[in-house]
Amino acid sequence: MSKSVKLAVAAAVGLAFVGQAMAKDLTVISFGGANKDAQTKAFYGPFKKASGINVVGGEYNGEMAKVKAMVDTKSVSWDVLEVESPELARGCDEGLFEKLDYTKIGNKADFVPGAAQQCGVGIFVWSTALAYNADKLKTAPTSWKDFWDVKKFPGKRGLRKGAKYTLEIALMADGVAPKDVYKVLATPAGVDRAFKKLDQLKPNIQWWEAGAQPPQYLASGDVVMSSAYNGRIATAQKDGKNLKVVWNGGMYDFDSWAIPKGSPNKDAAYKFIAFASKPENQKVYSQNIAYGPSNKLAVPMIDKKVMAELPTAPQNMKDAVKVDVNFWADYGESLEQRFNAWASK
Amino acid sequence: MMASSAPMPDHQLTTQDGVPLKTKLARAERMNKMKSLALVLPLALFLLLTFIVPIGSLLFRSVDNPEVVASLPHTIKAISSWDGKSLPPEPVYRAFAADLVKAHEDQTLGDLGKRLNMEVAGYRSLLGKTARALPFDPAPASYKDALVKLDERWGDPAYWQAIRRNSTNHTPFYLLAALDHRIDEVGEVAKATPDQAIYLDVFARTFWMSAIVTVICLLLAYPLAYLLANLPTRKSNLLMIMVLLPFWTSVLVRVAAWIVLLQSGGLINSALMALGITDHPLQLVFNRTGVYIAMVHILMPFMILPIYSVMKGISPTYLRAAVSLGSHPFGAFWKVYFPQTVAGVGAGGLLVFILSIGYYITPALLGSPNDQMVSYFVAFYTNTTINWGMATALGGLLLAATLVLYMVYSWLVGASRLRLG
Amino acid sequence: MSESSSEVLVRFRNVQKSYDGENLIVKDLNLDIRKGEFLTLLGPSGSGKTTSLMMLAGFETPTSGVIELAGRSINNVPPHKRNIGMVFQNYALFPHMTVAENLAFPLTVRGMTKTDIQDRVKRALAMVQLDKLAGRYPGQMSGGQQQRVALARALVFEPQLVLMDEPLGALDKQLREHMQMEIKHLHQRLGVTVVYVTHDQGEALTMSNRVAVFHQGEIQQIDAPATLYEHPRNTFVANFIGENNRLAGRLVSRDGERCVVQLERGEQVRALAVNVGEPGSPVSLSVRPERISLNGYSEHCDNRFSGRVQEFIYLGDHVRVRLEVCGKSDFYVKQPIAELDHKLSVGDVVPLGWQVEHVRALDPIEQAA
Repeated sequence: MSKSVKLAVAAAVGLAFVGQAMAKDLTVISFGGANKDAQTKAFYGPFKKASGINVVGGEYNGEMAKVKAMVDTKSVSWDVLEVESPELARGCDEGLFEKLDYTKIGNKADFVPGAAQQCGVGIFVWSTALAYNADKLKTAPTSWKDFWDVKKFPGKRGLRKGAKYTLEIALMADGVAPKDVYKVLATPAGVDRAFKKLDQLKPNIQWWEAGAQPPQYLASGDVVMSSAYNGRIATAQKDGKNLKVVWNGGMYDFDSWAIPKGSPNKDAAYKFIAFASKPENQKVYSQNIAYGPSNKLAVPMIDKKVMAELPTAPQNMKDAVKVDVNFWADYGESLEQRFNAWASK
Repeated sequence: MMASSAPMPDHQLTTQDGVPLKTKLARAERMNKMKSLALVLPLALFLLLTFIVPIGSLLFRSVDNPEVVASLPHTIKAISSWDGKSLPPEPVYRAFAADLVKAHEDQTLGDLGKRLNMEVAGYRSLLGKTARALPFDPAPASYKDALVKLDERWGDPAYWQAIRRNSTNHTPFYLLAALDHRIDEVGEVAKATPDQAIYLDVFARTFWMSAIVTVICLLLAYPLAYLLANLPTRKSNLLMIMVLLPFWTSVLVRVAAWIVLLQSGGLINSALMALGITDHPLQLVFNRTGVYIAMVHILMPFMILPIYSVMKGISPTYLRAAVSLGSHPFGAFWKVYFPQTVAGVGAGGLLVFILSIGYYITPALLGSPNDQMVSYFVAFYTNTTINWGMATALGGLLLAATLVLYMVYSWLVGASRLRLG
Repeated sequence: MSESSSEVLVRFRNVQKSYDGENLIVKDLNLDIRKGEFLTLLGPSGSGKTTSLMMLAGFETPTSGVIELAGRSINNVPPHKRNIGMVFQNYALFPHMTVAENLAFPLTVRGMTKTDIQDRVKRALAMVQLDKLAGRYPGQMSGGQQQRVALARALVFEPQLVLMDEPLGALDKQLREHMQMEIKHLHQRLGVTVVYVTHDQGEALTMSNRVAVFHQGEIQQIDAPATLYEHPRNTFVANFIGENNRLAGRLVSRDGERCVVQLERGEQVRALAVNVGEPGSPVSLSVRPERISLNGYSEHCDNRFSGRVQEFIYLGDHVRVRLEVCGKSDFYVKQPIAELDHKLSVGDVVPLGWQVEHVRALDPIEQAA
């Protein structure tokens, strides 16, 4: 065969392949960044090898408005969606997500408690914890109490611009035990207490909104400490930044897979979720980003050293808080409103 | 010529084929009207479909209140006879239990819970818990007792008042909330509690910040526009390209660039420290200073262009004439030149002000929480909490405020003197 | 009339002006402007006339030389302190002020009292017959009315000197002629000194006491209109003002004020020696078309030739006849209708001639015009 004929055949095969793949493309939407890179390595690529279904990875910022618009207008173009727990619960109530058939996914009992929900399956466990730049601080902070100590640790602090996590952190800094945080916060006095505590720190707070901001702020020296998603900090550590995480008082939660109601690719979506829930694939994911696996069977497969940096390591879980999704579903609206009112004064 | 025909009734002019001239003319004009109408029609339709209808339907959402009416039809009927003070009578409880079972089946519980949770925090989980326990089997003698036993909150009139308040298809709830007011338990309009009140401040801040941005823009743009209008063409063209250059970069990129420049380790702070002007970095970003700097930078061309276009039309001989008449050059500028640029200043000011009050990205990225303007909360309710009623109420009020402002302006200055570009 | 007054109001002394440091726009201006006179600076565009006016107004500074006003140098006096009224080409009325406010402007900046201002504005408006339009804005008035307001505004603060920079350029012909007379009469009535810039020679001749003809940054001639027309001192002035037949030749001999010039084809012409060199040098002869006699009228002329009629141009009050004379095909003769021989037709050869007083030997034409 001459070179040009070879080329033509290769092109034709390629085209046919693309055509086939296009018909079966699965659109998976995640939060992007290092998390998406790890998902690509652990899930998207291997899934394509195993099933022949091409995964098109998209990104969003967790705006449910888009999902609602798609479902309402019956023009769903996203097949699998990474969602956080509150959105999962709310979206499930509001009929935005399919109710899952676990026979197509795997054994419910293999999952970490709380990971297998009606409309979603946990992908990983992540944590919001205290992070600091070890190059800039001589003494290491050990708790949220130190976070409030501007005399001992002068400089700005990063906190997420929102009531969630911030109010829990304020109560823990005020001496509330991690297990009692939501009990206190459910009372008006507890809310007042949290805002009073925040008042003390307000002039020193620099607010962040996107998960990528805290490591940037820490690295540039704009803040000396910050609440941060542990995975983002781990990524920055890999890039050579001397950032450290204080697990004490961390808040953990799941990110879950959900299928928007009316997805035209439901079968492939189930296949993908089942694939991503397998322990061997979850192991690969956790080795690429510092989030804990949602499948219990994956835990023993992971390297000890890597495990130490995961939220699910026993020593890291000891003084951590499980984010109470139901609490936030009930009180989120009024607390966020009050937070906005407070923050903008 | 017309000898054989019947005599004409009056002196009517006719065309060659005998049709009266007036009729013919009217017909021809009607054709022309139809033609011009047909030419405008596509644009009119386009505007209607892409602009007026969407805005109208969005604004309607600020008073739309379908959740309770759709999910609890029987409850609403039964609750209308309730006095609203003590607990509602047994039929209300019974109807409510039936409605809830139906809503649970239809998966409309989410919307209902979301709506009622806005009125009383915790309503969502209460509904979920109650719906899971229903239907009672066997049917209890008193639904009232059964429900109160299930959760004592059903014995609190506040939860029933919330349903009663929302038994119509329209509600002032969102609009009142956007003005820091609410309807209290007895159905009267009352001020929101201080720890929930925010939007009046936000509106005031939005207008105040926009006014500051407008004034700074004006102070910086006026001399520059004067320079542009009076330089030789080649130099002014070069300068004009520099003025317009930022237009070709996305707002996001420019805002990001400002963060890099202004942050504590950024170029400006390093320069200031290297020059010994300050010994510690100034806080130039994530506060109002940063927002002002970036907004002025982004909006500057909108001020420069209208002023420039007006100035370009003012002959330099006016100033010479005033000076020749004995006026000091400064006085001549103030009394003769400036009044002629008022139309451009007004147009630029209005343009910048109206653009400013809609600003979102710049304050969101460069400001602290107390530098956020109304648009930030519109986005917050649209994207984060999916409370579109609240989002459209805020947006609608902003739109109304803008229109009022424009009317005041055109009443003061006269719209005819407004020249945009 | 103030022509006789010899008191000098403005004096230009060796004034030069250059914008680029290479070319002089005004070469070496020496000019005395007498008190009360109407002096017109006439010249083609780029001749330096407007620059000279602007230097006097203070909007341009002389590169060298001195300008004196009433005996004092005003080189360092800023324009707003010179107390010189000025009327601009496009009126420059302030569009945001009414007519009355426009007129009050120079009085207000001089700090006059309100009643004084009202009084003066009223008088100024009466002067230009615009009493009824005091409340109008300039945009609501015709060109002629605006022109009058501009005039009134330049005069209302009673300056000793008024400058006008082509003020009638934007008006149509009829209105322009009307305004010329109005300005002239205003000048006569008020006795104010006027320096007027124009490129329209008719305007200059109509209005002025004296006209300074500018060319290439220099004054070619400054004289009363009649002198300028009848006795141009060089070819440029002869050409620029009025119509002119030019004949190129060479000086044969000179005898005091008279001379003999030989044309290219050998004919000899006796002429006034106004601006000539040595015998043998080239000269340009200048004859006004209305000074040429045809047919029998030419019998007593000092210079007689014959010409072939080429064309008749009918202009109502007179007819211009184009002839070929001495090999020159654009030789014009102006014939009053009453004197025109109706038997004359194209192709005819007719005798023509002119008196020696009416042909002037001037410097040669620099380039074929």
